[in-house]
Amino acid sequence: MPHVVTPLLWEDEIPGGTHWSGVLRRGVTLRLVAQADDANLAALFYSREQPLERYNMADTLKAQHTAHLTTGCVCYSDMGRILCSVVADTCGWHDPLCGLTDPEMISARYGVTRFQEQRNARYVSGREAMLVELGKYGLNERDLVANINFFSKVVADDDGALRRVAGHARADQYVDLRFEMDSIVLLHAGPHPLDMDARYAPAGVRLEARRAPPPAADDACRMHCPENARGFVNTERLYA
Amino acid sequence: MNARIDTVVPAGEPWMGAVRRGETFRIVDLEGNQAVDTLFYNADDTHEHYSAQNTIQAQGRIYLTTGSVLLSNRGRPMLRIEDDTCGRHDTLGGACSSESNTVRYALEKRYMHSCRDSFLLALARHDHGMTKRDLPSNINFFMNVPVTPEGGLRFADGISAAGRHVELIALMDTLVLISNCPQLNNPCNAYNPTPIRVMTATSSQGKQ
Repeated sequence: MPHVVTPLLWEDEIPGGTHWSGVLRRGVTLRLVAQADDANLAALFYSREQPLERYNMADTLKAQHTAHLTTGCVCYSDMGRILCSVVADTCGWHDPLCGLTDPEMISARYGVTRFQEQRNARYVSGREAMLVELGKYGLNERDLVANINFFSKVVADDDGALRRVAGHARADQYVDLRFEMDSIVLLHAGPHPLDMDARYAPAGVRLEARRAPPPAADDACRMHCPENARGFVNTERLYA
Repeated sequence: MNARIDTVVPAGEPWMGAVRRGETFRIVDLEGNQAVDTLFYNADDTHEHYSAQNTIQAQGRIYLTTGSVLLSNRGRPMLRIEDDTCGRHDTLGGACSSESNTVRYALEKRYMHSCRDSFLLALARHDHGMTKRDLPSNINFFMNVPVTPEGGLRFADGISAAGRHVELIALMDTLVLISNCPQLNNPCNAYNPTPIRVMTATSSQGKQ
């Protein structure tokens, strides 16, 4: 089924190193576009209606028997429902395993920065970025669950050793997330925690929101596996 | 070696207990290939807890075994695996729930007992002020969930066996929350949940 591109509802750009949050409604597709090579975008999703229902790494991975996300995959909440679906992806692999950077990691790797000297060019860790955005919705550290790192590829060998693939994402690659539930979306365009490049140069990410047609009976994400078909049933019951 | 805690947890039951800094905590897979869904909290501040992503990230490796340090969501060492006769423990599979069972198996599986129900029941009984917000992604001791080089996730046949154990030393005062998994739909435990034994001992190590 061809991927339908409808007119833009809005667009925005997250400069590299900064964070964003907002509400994406059911029936809207959010396109994330890498603005430079080697982008990384940490992301978390919460139900807008009941934020106790949130993205669940384990449920997402085991339902789809995958340790990476790409076209056809969906992001499950802990309640067996689908927050959003990956309906298009020109990058091919997004990392759901490796988590966020923390302040100690950022200062050890890139140096200590403060607002007083560097102003808005100071380095903000993924953990701080998410705690700030969580706070805007009355959420806190207790709500900081395992996140996704879009545009990053991390592979495991037979012994489970992880290796981040440098140069995986390219400028202008995009991933389209079709929201199946009204969701609070938290984003941070910062370095991946396994990125050992000593240069601090996180890529920006452009956001493009478009109206999405409802997922059809033969929708690629719904048909991806029998588990996803049941996930869509659970989600559609919420909005029945 | 005084065993302050030494108890058998029947299949499908939750267990919650405190392990003090410097004590070892041993879990014994009494009959083999039992999934022991486990979370650890800082006993003095339960907002600090085991973090799968912090742990995976710091050790650069998905599986847990001897030498693995379990890190908290604040990046601090909580426990270290000192002994492991199983060889590999899962960090990615999480806990089964009524809702995830509807997705994974069939909509009518909602009414079967699950780990997340056990977790919630244990939190309700113990009144530490903890809720679902305090249930991050857990460890599955004795479960084998390999990630393939192509990025697939498999629930493979178990590599544990009757009598195998894992032993951890607590690097801080720790609250342990276990669901002895009641999953009846997954071949990884031969569709047969079985009891486990949990024990503490004082250790000469870790006492600083």
